[in-house]
Amino acid sequence: MKCGVVTFPGSNCNHDMIYALGNVLKQEVIELWHKDSDIQNCDLIVLPGGFSYGDYLRSGAIARFSPIMDSIIQHANNGGMVLGICNGFQILCESGLLPGALLHNNQQKFICKNVFLKPSSKTTPITKQLNEEKSFKIPIAHGEGRYFADDKTLKELTKNDQVIFQYCDENGVVSEEVNPNGSCLNIAGISNANKNVFGMMPHPERAVDLLLNNTDGKLIFESLLN
Amino acid sequence: MKFKANIDIMPHEALLDPQGKAVTQSMGNLGLNEISNVRIGKHITLFVDADNEELASSKVKDACTKLLCNQIMENFTFELQEVS
Repeated sequence: MKCGVVTFPGSNCNHDMIYALGNVLKQEVIELWHKDSDIQNCDLIVLPGGFSYGDYLRSGAIARFSPIMDSIIQHANNGGMVLGICNGFQILCESGLLPGALLHNNQQKFICKNVFLKPSSKTTPITKQLNEEKSFKIPIAHGEGRYFADDKTLKELTKNDQVIFQYCDENGVVSEEVNPNGSCLNIAGISNANKNVFGMMPHPERAVDLLLNNTDGKLIFESLLN
Repeated sequence: MKFKANIDIMPHEALLDPQGKAVTQSMGNLGLNEISNVRIGKHITLFVDADNEELASSKVKDACTKLLCNQIMENFTFELQEVS
């Protein structure tokens, strides 16, 4: 699959993503700059984590108006795949490609630790090959990751099987005790209704290499890429 | 004509504002126990050129809804004053 990884001013997980997709998962990777308008026929566009535009105004709010975003929105509207990780998820929500918003964590702390994720959707490419009985250990690193949407949107997300990951414990049990940031319904990631745009706060690209003693993230990418 | 807009953006009342909550708690540490429910938003000022106040108001509203305020989590109010 031809994958385009977008760098915005302030992105800092772009090289981890390029390494994960190119070196580990052996995909063709194109480095895209936020001022580009040509996304070079990539099949998958990835918006990596970081602090685009210094998180000024709101996380992702200014990146949403970068020149490349018009092409990405068009790509998504034509059914092309888009994945946003962390700040990339925030940009996708700000752009309207995904519903809801990401608020400051409920305890005002920046959280950097491993969490466990339950794959909640059976029909979305990024989760459909994952063992739903397994919990996936993936790191989070964010200050604004509290997923919020109104009740109507949350009901639609659930009804349409758009919740892709929920925070859970090591045994896959979803509960308030293991919700790291106060997200509605323990949501760690969602897809759009058409199941071609995905956003998640945890960083699977940081869990793909045996050297780091955790390759759960590789399984998530393999589900998406195959 | 040139107008100055004073824009206030506040988190929705129903949403937890952890920053405001932390500041509320520190008020107690200062001995200001009478103070409660601190909520923290943003104050933005900008200038807008327009033929009249109505058009200026429309431009500011556009800026708020498209960029300055995310209405999923925040609401906005603003006042305009003509400047020479």
